[in-house]
Amino acid sequence: MAIKTQPVTVNLGPQHPSTHGVFRLRVMFDGEEIVDVEPVFGYLHRGSEKLAEERTYTQIVTLTDRMDYVSPMLNNQAYMLAVEKLAGIEPTQRGVWLRMIAAELQRIASHLVATGFLLQDLGALGTPLIYAMRERENILDLFEMLCGARITNSYLRPGGVFMDAPTGFWLALDRELVDIVNTLDELEEYLSGNEIVFSRTKGTAVLAPELLINASITGPMLRASGVDWDLRHRNPYDYYDRIEFKRILHTASDNYARYWVRVQEARESVNIIRQCVAQIEPGPVRPSFDDVPRLIRPPKGDAYVAIEGSKGELGFYLVSDGGIAPYRMHVRAPSLINLTLLRDMLIGGLFGDLFVSFGSVDLNMGEVDR
Amino acid sequence: MIGLGLPRGFLVTLKNFVRAPVTVQYPDRHVGLFGAAKEAGMNPFRFVVKRPVDSIKAIAGLATVPVALEQSPRFRGNEFTFYEDRCTACASCAKYCPLGIIEIVSVPGKIDAQEGESYKLEVFDIDIGRCMFCGLCVEACPYDALHMGTKFERSTYVRDELIVTLDELNAAEKKPSSFYRPQFEENAFDPYTETVDDHYDAGRHERPSDEDLKKKWVDER
Repeated sequence: MAIKTQPVTVNLGPQHPSTHGVFRLRVMFDGEEIVDVEPVFGYLHRGSEKLAEERTYTQIVTLTDRMDYVSPMLNNQAYMLAVEKLAGIEPTQRGVWLRMIAAELQRIASHLVATGFLLQDLGALGTPLIYAMRERENILDLFEMLCGARITNSYLRPGGVFMDAPTGFWLALDRELVDIVNTLDELEEYLSGNEIVFSRTKGTAVLAPELLINASITGPMLRASGVDWDLRHRNPYDYYDRIEFKRILHTASDNYARYWVRVQEARESVNIIRQCVAQIEPGPVRPSFDDVPRLIRPPKGDAYVAIEGSKGELGFYLVSDGGIAPYRMHVRAPSLINLTLLRDMLIGGLFGDLFVSFGSVDLNMGEVDR
Repeated sequence: MIGLGLPRGFLVTLKNFVRAPVTVQYPDRHVGLFGAAKEAGMNPFRFVVKRPVDSIKAIAGLATVPVALEQSPRFRGNEFTFYEDRCTACASCAKYCPLGIIEIVSVPGKIDAQEGESYKLEVFDIDIGRCMFCGLCVEACPYDALHMGTKFERSTYVRDELIVTLDELNAAEKKPSSFYRPQFEENAFDPYTETVDDHYDAGRHERPSDEDLKKKWVDER
């Protein structure tokens, strides 16, 4: 006698430790197999884009911190590049180098979080996650030295950063870079050769490169499928054209490839920071207040700038009507757009792979809902 | 090779098992007998004889000492440091605040030590309960009157208690953070051990000599 199964609808979230924030998944299972998935989000909507319309250009930095709260420095950078393009501000050299160093440190921290939570989703509760978070803490300590806050940084200002790095920063950074490489070695030691990780992640949630391109997916997810698309290389902003770095590519496009790309990218970020430290020169970190006043009034017009965020193409679109606040701000949030392929990833997969695949997208609900 | 990954993984766990912990006990740290004696400033034998109850507690693992967290001098905390003598009531901070939580009421008629005549503050309220510690008010202050603080423990049962008034700001301990204040960093000022009580020392300029000050007051009269 054949055993029959009946489809069951299960509601995951909005409060669930594996959904990386307040996110709800309505999943229909047939036995172990996923038949249908319906994502429900918007629980963390704070109206940042609307709030920006009544704040001055400097005050909006505090809002961008809270969008993708795992990589606030990258949000700051994308926003400030958009403001500089809109207002025609020439940034100072040292300010640009400092924000590149901060952004790459943030990328490492973000990828460590993604890797740590991937393990959590695989079922390794706690311990391996703490190994990754421990290193992230040290990076956050560096941010505290730089700008006085660990997550809500607000470090960048139009044309640079608000304050030069303190005396002890460079020594601490050197030490931290060595630590990061050690931690990544350690991570790879117990992950990259681990049969359980292989069997759980290899060959699951495979996405074709054409599908990814059509859905405008960017970031590590796209590079894991072999498409060479990195905005730092394709469309260099800041001083990325003065830096040589490897583009990390993998062809498998499964969960393992996405994990692998993130770890290797974190390694490459260490390399980039070393080059930044070698090229940084003394000088002012922000333009004088005669050139760029505290209250800037950009001319009428609009500007869109996209950077390679930790999760994909992070873009800010600003429209100015000549006033002290933007007429409209729009954020191209990579987390939200990377979510669009969730159905293609999950349907047909097994229940056990649900959260692994979901976690390998590396989304951040603060950015999805804004 | 099949089968090697797992032992290698467990080796990492083993390595971390013998590693020194990175977590910090907060706000109090448990100390044994020796730690408790050291905290009391006695040698252990004397401690056992003089304070038997405390030593039994310490042996049972109940003795604790408070822990100070390691923070950067730039840490943007609450307990704002405010020097009323430096303030000219220009309200730059209130205008720059993204949330509009600083309330200032001023009247003319104050004779300032630095600027001569200026406005006198009547109300200077900061609603810490809504503050996000972005530091933009401190960045806006042209006379270095307002500084970020270094503490972060300020929990109450009533929201109104989180509104810091002028009197509270004046009475608070002056431990300014070096956030956006390069003059503190140049002197390697550490807010966790030192205080800046004199408002002249908190400014970006050089402190005027006593003679200059005297002359200024004589001239004004």
